[in-house]
Amino acid sequence: MDYATLLQLLDTTIRLATPLLFACLAGLYSERAGIFDIGLEGKMLMAAMASASVAYLTGSVWMGVLAGIGASLILAGIHGIASITFRGNQLISGVALNFVASGITVLVAQRLFGQGGRTPPLEGDARFAPITLPFAEALRDVPILGPLYYEVISGHPFLVYLGFATVPLTWWVLYRTRFGLRLRAVGENPAAVDTAGISVVGLRFAAVAITGVLCGLAGAYMATALQAGFGREMTAGRGYIALAALIFAKWRPVAALWACLLFGFFQALALRPDVVEGVLQFKVPVTFLDALPYVLTVLVLAGFVGKAIPPRAGGEPYVKER
Amino acid sequence: MERLPNWADLVLVPLVSLLMAAIIAGVIIKILGESPVAAFKLMASGALGTQEGVGYTLYYATNFIFTGLAVAVAYHAGLFNIGAEGQAYIGGLGTGLVCLWLGESPFWVVLPLAVLAGAVSGAAWAFIPAYLQAKRGSHIVITTIMFNYIASAVLIFLLVDVLRPDGQMDPATANFPEATTLPTLNQIPVFNLFFTSKVPANVTLLIALAAAFGVWALLWRTRLGYSIRAFGKSEDAARYAGINPFKITMIAMLLSGALAGMMAINNVMGEAGRLLQNSASGAGFIGIAVALMGRNHPLGVVLAAILFGFLFQGGAELGMWTKIPIEMRVVVQGLVILFTGALDVMVRMMLTRIFAAFRGSKTAKGAV
Repeated sequence: MDYATLLQLLDTTIRLATPLLFACLAGLYSERAGIFDIGLEGKMLMAAMASASVAYLTGSVWMGVLAGIGASLILAGIHGIASITFRGNQLISGVALNFVASGITVLVAQRLFGQGGRTPPLEGDARFAPITLPFAEALRDVPILGPLYYEVISGHPFLVYLGFATVPLTWWVLYRTRFGLRLRAVGENPAAVDTAGISVVGLRFAAVAITGVLCGLAGAYMATALQAGFGREMTAGRGYIALAALIFAKWRPVAALWACLLFGFFQALALRPDVVEGVLQFKVPVTFLDALPYVLTVLVLAGFVGKAIPPRAGGEPYVKER
Repeated sequence: MERLPNWADLVLVPLVSLLMAAIIAGVIIKILGESPVAAFKLMASGALGTQEGVGYTLYYATNFIFTGLAVAVAYHAGLFNIGAEGQAYIGGLGTGLVCLWLGESPFWVVLPLAVLAGAVSGAAWAFIPAYLQAKRGSHIVITTIMFNYIASAVLIFLLVDVLRPDGQMDPATANFPEATTLPTLNQIPVFNLFFTSKVPANVTLLIALAAAFGVWALLWRTRLGYSIRAFGKSEDAARYAGINPFKITMIAMLLSGALAGMMAINNVMGEAGRLLQNSASGAGFIGIAVALMGRNHPLGVVLAAILFGFLFQGGAELGMWTKIPIEMRVVVQGLVILFTGALDVMVRMMLTRIFAAFRGSKTAKGAV
């Protein structure tokens, strides 16, 4: 494999890791606050459909992103009501909302555009354009680092940079703000938070809302930046891979970045079986690369690659003492 | 707070949940520009109006009985098995291989072996998640989701690179030998009084009903079943009573996987006659809705499975004859899971209020 191919792979890795990263950080807020969310997939799908539709109808990608966040927030709200207000089963609620999203996105897109559940392709301002970072052109000829900067780091749409910026932001919010401390506390010991006079319900709803916003960005990125439009089931299990990355990262933001890059790299490899074959000198079935993130997650869960300990109060509704 | 009478909790809660899902579905159909009443009539005539329609409804119901029982058995042990889909895939692999290799043998040899292979393969696919849950405390929900994807990858690999006959384009095995064809309901006494022409529903329906009875007998009439239910109600209490958590988790999940795997007799051996890539087509997930709707009781599961068979076949008719896409049935499935599984507290609270108001007015009258 030559340097140019490697750069191409890394470039694709960053493109494919971004939706995983948004969704993974989304899950991180929710699960750190004690609300399991296996509905990341559904929220992404809803956001992808809403953002592509609105971006097409208004011609503005920004309106599309807002609509995507809005659609994702609606599902997040239902999940919050079911699991916080009515203390329902969080896992079942997530599963249910994934099915609702899977069906309703096709229904709406079909009703709006009549193209078999797709949106028409997005063009011009309805899509995110790549951003060329400063000096990328000028530094292109610097050996090794120049092409790396030009090909891999520069030239992505805005949401990619936002996604990567969300990692340090999340770290700062979780570990350096009062809100973050309380958020982590409510996922470990809600009774203590309640005793301190802070609203458990309020904190958990705030966390679920952040999850909604980030999943909205993940879906909007899929439909308006990675691809040009919405297609049925276009998230293709990315919500679950993000969940896997979250466990792989043991619910920590910086580790989540590496996990998402790793899983994004696998997805990039799955697109280039010829490269894999060239490096390993034998044929690897593409499906094996597809399955690798899931296999790795099982290994992590099994405790072979360090122990993944979830937030202690995760999945349990909080019942105030009377 | 007052409590609901037992019968209302058992019967009314699922029915009200279903009603609420139906109302939302009706509103969605209205928004799509169709009439909900006409849509329901079309579903009813398509799923129940003809022999072929009933045949398909029962065919789907057979799948859902297996997956519904699979989810229900695990649920009684306090385990949420989202992996029935993957277990059904691998069950299909086992059944398919038996049909390919031994298909020429006499029917009475092939069928039991095919059933056994489906069950064993499905159980094998549930083994690792079960073991990880029991020994390592890895959450069964996450591992079974992962195993669904891994199952799908395994199957695609085998069908594309190993089992596909030379010269065939689509990823599937060769057709099973003629001898593996299962008798359909029109060839079975009693049923042939109703079904006069060939229908997809086959003898597997009877196996499914037998499985439902078996699950009932196991859970409510044996010591093991009692241990499973006790463990699901309270792990600590069960442990204190000397019930081995590892053993119960393993048994419940293996049974669950076996039931999901046995679905393959219906769809792989019965309907397709060869192993296809997407053979389970979501039945494993519908099992979640069926189990929740049927309150995890075998009788409830059978009734809910028939209801979902109706929904599935009726939804296909809608997709064919109206502007309502076939995805409508996934929405309804999701809504039913949401209301019966996650918002059940809300439904129960509503009903309790209504009952309290009803009683209140009665006593008020009595006082006068």
